[in-house]
Amino acid sequence: MLKDQDRIFQNLYNDKGSDVSSSQERGDWVNTKEITDKGRDWIINEIKESQLRGRGGAGFPTGLKWSFAPKEVGSRPHYLVINGDESEPGTCKDRDILRFEPHKLIEGCLIASYAVQAHVCYIYIRGEYFVDGQKLQVAIDEAYEKKLLGKNAAGTGWDLDIYIHYGAGAYICGEETALLESIEGKKGQPRLKPPFPALIGLYGCPTIINNVETIAVVPTILRRGGKWFASLGREKNTGTKIFCISGNVNNPCNVEEEMNIPLKELIEVHAGGVIGGWDNLQAVIPGGSSMPLIPKEKCETLTMDFDSLMAEKSGLGTAGIVVINKDQDIIKCMARIARFYKHESCGQCTPCREGSGWMWRMLERMAKGDATKDEVEMLGDVTNQIAGHTICAFGEGSSWPVQGLLRHFKKEIEKRNNLDPIVQKKNNIPYLVDQHLLDKKNA
Amino acid sequence: MSLRRPAKDQPESFEFNASSLEAAKVIVTKYPEGKQQSAVMALLYIAQKQNNNWIPLAAMKYIAKFLDMPYIKVYEVATFYTMYNLAPVGKYFVQVCTTTPCMIRGANKLVEACKEKISENECELSNDKSCSWMEVECLGACVNAPMMQINDDYYEDLDKQKTLDILDKILNGETPKPGSYRGRVNNEPENNRKTLMDLKNA
Repeated sequence: MLKDQDRIFQNLYNDKGSDVSSSQERGDWVNTKEITDKGRDWIINEIKESQLRGRGGAGFPTGLKWSFAPKEVGSRPHYLVINGDESEPGTCKDRDILRFEPHKLIEGCLIASYAVQAHVCYIYIRGEYFVDGQKLQVAIDEAYEKKLLGKNAAGTGWDLDIYIHYGAGAYICGEETALLESIEGKKGQPRLKPPFPALIGLYGCPTIINNVETIAVVPTILRRGGKWFASLGREKNTGTKIFCISGNVNNPCNVEEEMNIPLKELIEVHAGGVIGGWDNLQAVIPGGSSMPLIPKEKCETLTMDFDSLMAEKSGLGTAGIVVINKDQDIIKCMARIARFYKHESCGQCTPCREGSGWMWRMLERMAKGDATKDEVEMLGDVTNQIAGHTICAFGEGSSWPVQGLLRHFKKEIEKRNNLDPIVQKKNNIPYLVDQHLLDKKNA
Repeated sequence: MSLRRPAKDQPESFEFNASSLEAAKVIVTKYPEGKQQSAVMALLYIAQKQNNNWIPLAAMKYIAKFLDMPYIKVYEVATFYTMYNLAPVGKYFVQVCTTTPCMIRGANKLVEACKEKISENECELSNDKSCSWMEVECLGACVNAPMMQINDDYYEDLDKQKTLDILDKILNGETPKPGSYRGRVNNEPENNRKTLMDLKNA
C-alpha cells in the first residue's frame, strides 16, 4: 500500500477543511513564486520527467501537451481550460477534488497558466455539480482576497483570472472540443481534429485543456520533483491516482493509490470485498463505463495502469471501477450502459446517433431472450460500424463495452437467445423482415 | 440523442427581473468582448430559476436579444442540454440516477418510491402540483449509489424507505437535509478506512 506521506490529496476525506489556511498548512501556495521563478521550460521538463499522463481518460502525456502551446504569444491570447465535466458512469473523483481540495486545483491552474502563457482560465464543471462548483467558487474568491489570483497572482508576477463555466447535463461536453463549443455558447458537438486545440481552440485561440485531477497534482509534482512522481508506479504509468470503487462491494469508496496496484487489493483491502465474497464476483468494469469489462478469472492478477489494462483489451480510462457480482444480470447491466450512450450521443455523426440506439434495443431484447442466434454476430457488426467512424471518441466509448460483453460473455448471450424464427413459431417479432413466412401454415 | 420538445402552453412574454438582470450582466463580463454568446448557458439557468424551474420560448427570445445572437442559436442550446426544462416541472424536481452503478445497487427501488409517492409516470406533476420526478443518466456520485438529486442538492446512499421519507417531507413542503443518508461526510470506505489515519485521528 502507498505510504501516507506519498499521497497527494491529503484532504481527500476532508479531515482538515478545504479553506485556504488549512490548505497552506498542507503545503499548498507555500512557495508558488519559487516554482514559477524556475521558468517555463523547467516546469514543462519536470512534468515530462514525471511522466504524468492525463487523468481524464485518454492518458495523453501532460508535459508533451503543454509543449504544444506556441512558445510566443502572437496576436491571439492563450487559454487554459480545465475539464471538470465528470460524467463517466462509475467516476466521481473530480467532485471530491472540487469540494475538498479546491486550492490544489487553483494553484495548479496558476502554474499551468504560467507554463502555457495563459492569462484566463475557464473551469468547466458539469451542471449537476452546482453545489460543489459553489464550493470551488468560494475557494476562488478566497484566493482573490489573499492575492493568490488576479494581478500578480501569488507574487509570481503573472496575472490570472479564473472563471467557472457550468455545463448543463451533456456527457459529450467531456470531450475536449465539444467542451470548447459549449464554452462558446453552442451545442456541445465535437470538432474535427486537426486543427488541435493547442493551436486553434477556444475562440480560435491556442488552448490547453486538462482534467481536474491532472492539474491538481501538478503543484505537488513540482515541489517534490518529477523523479519522485516517476518513482511511483511503473515506467510510463507513474504516480498516484484516485480510484473510485463502486457497485457490488461492501464499502464503496474513493481512494488514492499508486498506479499499477493490483485490482484485487483495491477491492479486497480498500472497498471491503465483493458482496457475497470474492467467488461471487462476475466481472469488473475497470475504467468507467466506456471501458470493456474484465471477467473474474482475469481480475485475480490484473494490475491497474494504462498499459497493463490495454494489454487486456480494456483501459484505465478514468479509473472508475464498477464491480458487478453474480447476483446481477450482466447483459442487463450492459444494456443499461448502452441506453446511457443512446441518450448521450450528440447526434452529429450518423453511425453513433443511429448505432447507439440500435445497440441498446438489441441488448434489451437479448437480456429478455428475444433475439435470434444470428443477431449476436450482427451486434458485433454494429459495434464495428460505429467504432472508428465518428468525429470523436464517443463512437469507441459506446461500442467498446458491448464488444467487451461479446468477447467475454458470448456464451451467456447465446444460451439465453436461441430463437429460430423460421422453424419455431414462438413469438410475434415485429422487426423481423421475414414475418410473412411465419404467417404461412406449415412453415 | 434525447428527444426534447417545448411545452404547448407558452407564456406570451418574459423579462429578467432586477436581480436576474444584475446577475446576467456580471456573467457577461466573464467572457472576452464580443464573445457574449458564451454567457447563453448561464443566462438560461437564470431564466429557469426565475421562471419556476422551466424555460419558456419567450425567455429564449429575450436572451437572444440580450446577447445579440440569433434566436435559433439559443433554441439549439436550450434543446440540446438536458438540464434545461422546456416544460413545467414541480417546485421540487426529483431526478433519480438509474445508470448501471446505481442500478446494480437498487436504483429501481427509488423509482418505485417515486411512482408511489409522486406520480405514476415520469415528468408528471404530483396531485398537489408541487413535485415531479424523472430518471436521469449518471449524476457522478457512484460511490454513494443509489442516489437522487432534488433541485440542486444530492441525496445519497438511499434505499426505498429512506426515499419514501424524503419524498414525504417534500410533499409536505419541507426541504430535507441533503447529503448521505448513511451519515457519510466524505467518500472514505465506511468503517474500513486504511489510509491517512494520522489525519483522521489528529
